[in-house]
Amino acid sequence: MAKRTRTLQQQNLVSVGILHIVLALLSIVFLIPLLWMIATSLSTEKVAGSFPPQFIPEPIVWKNYYTAFNYQSEQLGGVPPMLIYARNSLIVCILVVAGAVISNAIVAYSFARLKWPGRDVAFSITLATMMIPFPVLMVPLYAMYKDFGWIGTFRPLWIPAWFAGAFNIFLLRQFFRTIPLELSEAAKIDGCSEWGIFAKVILPLAKPALAVVALFSFMAAWNDFLAPLLYLQSQETFTLALGLQNFKGQAGGSPIHLQMAASTMVVAPVIILFFFTQRQFIQGIATSGLKG
Amino acid sequence: MKFTNQSKAGLLFALPWLIGFSVFLLYPLLRAFYNSFTEYTVLTPAVWIGTENYHALMKDKVFWQSLGNTFYYAIFAVPLSTIVAIGLALLLNTKVKGQAFYRTFFFLPALVPAVPMAILWLWLFNGEKGIVNYGIQVLNDHNWLFQVPKPNWLGDKTVAKNVLVIMSTWTVGHAMVIYLAGLQQVPLALYEAADLDGASPIRKTFKITLPMLSPVIMFNVIMSIITSFQIFTQPYIMFPGGAPERSTYFYSMYIYDAAFRDNNMGYASAMGWIMFLIIFILTFFARKYMDKKVHYEAN
Repeated sequence: MAKRTRTLQQQNLVSVGILHIVLALLSIVFLIPLLWMIATSLSTEKVAGSFPPQFIPEPIVWKNYYTAFNYQSEQLGGVPPMLIYARNSLIVCILVVAGAVISNAIVAYSFARLKWPGRDVAFSITLATMMIPFPVLMVPLYAMYKDFGWIGTFRPLWIPAWFAGAFNIFLLRQFFRTIPLELSEAAKIDGCSEWGIFAKVILPLAKPALAVVALFSFMAAWNDFLAPLLYLQSQETFTLALGLQNFKGQAGGSPIHLQMAASTMVVAPVIILFFFTQRQFIQGIATSGLKG
Repeated sequence: MKFTNQSKAGLLFALPWLIGFSVFLLYPLLRAFYNSFTEYTVLTPAVWIGTENYHALMKDKVFWQSLGNTFYYAIFAVPLSTIVAIGLALLLNTKVKGQAFYRTFFFLPALVPAVPMAILWLWLFNGEKGIVNYGIQVLNDHNWLFQVPKPNWLGDKTVAKNVLVIMSTWTVGHAMVIYLAGLQQVPLALYEAADLDGASPIRKTFKITLPMLSPVIMFNVIMSIITSFQIFTQPYIMFPGGAPERSTYFYSMYIYDAAFRDNNMGYASAMGWIMFLIIFILTFFARKYMDKKVHYEAN
């Protein structure tokens, strides 16, 4: 018996070893593109263009980031374009996050905890709106925003976020439903209004879920390319996504090592944010996909 | 119907979304439907022309080409990325030491925004200096099993679309996390019962794990069909005009060009509605088919 256990353990050791080798190889495959982006961003133009490629560039040129940051500053009167793009992206992101958190919390509360005629039908329709592709809405939205005088401003990018959206409503509703109803009833007996219950009982408990909504809407606004492409016109209003495309494309293309430096600057904030919020992030994704 | 206090509050709380839904979704959707029967530029009012836009579309080679490209992308990207995501989740679910690290590594690419991603992939798949072709050359230099061709990834019309398919398998982080969470919900008792019967790990995967996971798979596949039909940003940046020879010209790009380059808003709206219907029908059948399958296997 003892002998058999030992062989089983040995077998186990071998299979765990194989598993680690497979996982490590896969990790390399998934990480190499990002590492290669960073390597190129630290190369001289000559090293970046050399073949076979140098994985650890020699010399390492940190100045590329400075150069990419200030690239073609003369176009915006001496101010680094990347700085303007970053400011614009931040403005849009902050407005989107604020609007998404507030509006989705209110609406999800209604769907999760209040009874009203037609609620369940309305919720099914809400979920079904996730099927509507943005390209079909593109033309009428453009015409509508033109009538509002919103073209060329940030408004088309953030105002819709203040009117909730299917995905976030769904996510928060899932969470609100797990809060015991007794808490609401107790607050009601104490004379709380519906708004009071929402603001004083539910919201403080829902902080982790609201953080997830904030994170996801931040990422969506930061990454969005098509909407800024449609509605923004002058370079001073470009967000980072649009600005980066502009950076790449000018005058037959900017040099590759600078493209990689600029790209790294756009990717880095998202990855840093992820590392600080990893747990909420992963949990948020898991809940969004599980009870569909 | 008598409105209680709670239903008044309920409607009031739902109001932002009821407005948002009407103004930013329902109205534009119906307006697009109306526009699709008109000749319309943003500068001139819409003129009713009946089904002419739809007739013209049926004879438009570029329409069929962009539709074909989009189907090609979806048919390869959806199953491949699903398989990769489930595969990674199964590997991680073995509870190896360092699981959290591996999970982070596999997830990171999914965080890269579309624009820097497109720029990075142009560089990786560069035909002469790209690291992908360098990797292939190294394999070939070592005479590793067999010689692998070194395609001109971005310039060859039979290959370019596949670069985007490969990209879709690199960014499966979200799906992987969802599958991993789904796997952790499978009751352990099922595996214990199977162990008593002496079932092999592979058998357990196919007879217990995947069937139990099937509702999650269904949800993810549907979402991924919907998003892959709308692919725009990456090809728009990587392949201007759908180069080479429109082989990467996708449906959303044609809608965008028809509306904002050719100023042919009615035509673009007709295309938009066809896209909506295709997604609607695919989702409907995917649900129907998978509902049956999910149910059948769970029993």
